[in-house]
Amino acid sequence: MTVVIAGAAETDEVGKLPHHSTLQLHLEAARNALADAGMTIHDIDGVATVGTPGPIQIAHALGITPAWLDGTGVGGSSFLFHVRHAAAAIRAGLCRTVLITHGESGRSRVGAGRYGMGPDSILGQFELPYGVVGPPTSFTITALRYMKETGLTHEQLAEVAVAQRRWANRNPRAMFQDLITVDDVLASRMVAYPFHLLECCLVTDGGGALIVTTEERARRAPVYLLGSGESAEAPMISQMEDFTTSKAFRLSGEAAFAEAKIGHDDVDHLMIYDAFAHVPIYGLEDLGFVGRGEAGAFIAEGHTSPGGRLPLNTNGGGLSYTHTGMYGMFAIQESVRQLRGEAAAQVPGVEISVVLGNGGMFASAATLVLANRLP
Amino acid sequence: MKPAPKPTPETQPFWDGTAAGELRIQRCLSCERHYFYPRPNCPRCGGDQVEWVRASGRATLYSYVINHRPAPGFEDEAPYAIAVVELEEGVRMMTNIVGVANVPENLPLDMELRVVFEQRGDVHVPLFEPAGGAR
Repeated sequence: MTVVIAGAAETDEVGKLPHHSTLQLHLEAARNALADAGMTIHDIDGVATVGTPGPIQIAHALGITPAWLDGTGVGGSSFLFHVRHAAAAIRAGLCRTVLITHGESGRSRVGAGRYGMGPDSILGQFELPYGVVGPPTSFTITALRYMKETGLTHEQLAEVAVAQRRWANRNPRAMFQDLITVDDVLASRMVAYPFHLLECCLVTDGGGALIVTTEERARRAPVYLLGSGESAEAPMISQMEDFTTSKAFRLSGEAAFAEAKIGHDDVDHLMIYDAFAHVPIYGLEDLGFVGRGEAGAFIAEGHTSPGGRLPLNTNGGGLSYTHTGMYGMFAIQESVRQLRGEAAAQVPGVEISVVLGNGGMFASAATLVLANRLP
Repeated sequence: MKPAPKPTPETQPFWDGTAAGELRIQRCLSCERHYFYPRPNCPRCGGDQVEWVRASGRATLYSYVINHRPAPGFEDEAPYAIAVVELEEGVRMMTNIVGVANVPENLPLDMELRVVFEQRGDVHVPLFEPAGGAR
């Protein structure tokens, strides 16, 4: 049984949307994806989304009575997990057509979930007492060790933001579109040394949704799921085994490539979750596209920029396009657009696209191998 | 006010230790490896025969950021380092670095550190200061 993405869409707008609640973002994205798929709520018998507001609320609000639900909430990678789990459920006959939704009022915080862990949680006892202020001060903490071990320079770290802005420059929906230089990045406000503002992701409102089903049920040219993988490492960044490589990135990538039976040379387009500038560097290495310590130079040399041999984060990424908080949905959406030939910054001839999603702070990861044709 | 941890039954021995001026971590009796954070089973071999031991308090600086947007209670210290240190026993923990201005020039990775304790409400949190033998 061939599982495909038969519908994909984002909310009408992404960015600053104080007139939209979290729920409304989910529902708008869902309706847009259904329209994109040429389907209605009556075609949907499975629903997957993350905790707030959760699959029960989404199904009920849309008028769907689900025969299958998935509320896997493991951070921004969750929607890649949902695709993988939906494919397994469809193959197992548990349901036929799954709606996956994301909506997050990350910037305006309208109807949003509550952040924070209590002082008696493990995080509250062993990390929060040290003045952590969310991901900018903890997701980033691995970078100096990576820099010492590999020789990555501050300028190379800045090049990640520069390269992605080149893509955003071609994307009218991107929040930041003006081209920037390494000097601009290094001159931007220091958030948490060694990270400057332009090396940190945006905080926006928006949503996206996907319809996953069988090839037979698809009503438009499908995007095939050739392979997927998932894993997890530590719930706290301080307990990550090795600050220079993500175990969950490696394991999810290996599983996805093995199932898809592809090699790195087969990949035409790549999306790597970029909450901060170092994450694509880890992703390139942990997925095996370059050797250890080589990703910084690879990006600085332009190989991931427009015209390069491995187009990466072609929507502009979380650094320049949008980042609601759980960005993974937007990475999948851009892969689908590239495979359909509909992207704002379209790469010619994309047939296979890989998406690597991060959840938490190197805590979970999932990888999808997507294609617009079967091998 | 800086956030204070609230002990739970499985972490209480750790916080009893810090109150007594000791850094206590767990060690597996089967594979003899130390581990952190506190939990009732060894994450390496799965063994549940474990003991609490006093760590030497010696550590090295594994990695850090210098935060320019202070958390509540840290306003007077910004910018300040949020660090991960590696204890001599091989486990790592998050902490702050005290006793030295928190600027990159003062904080070379792998510098030697030793534990000190700071009272927060009813508990004492472990912090680290330069041991003198940096680099």
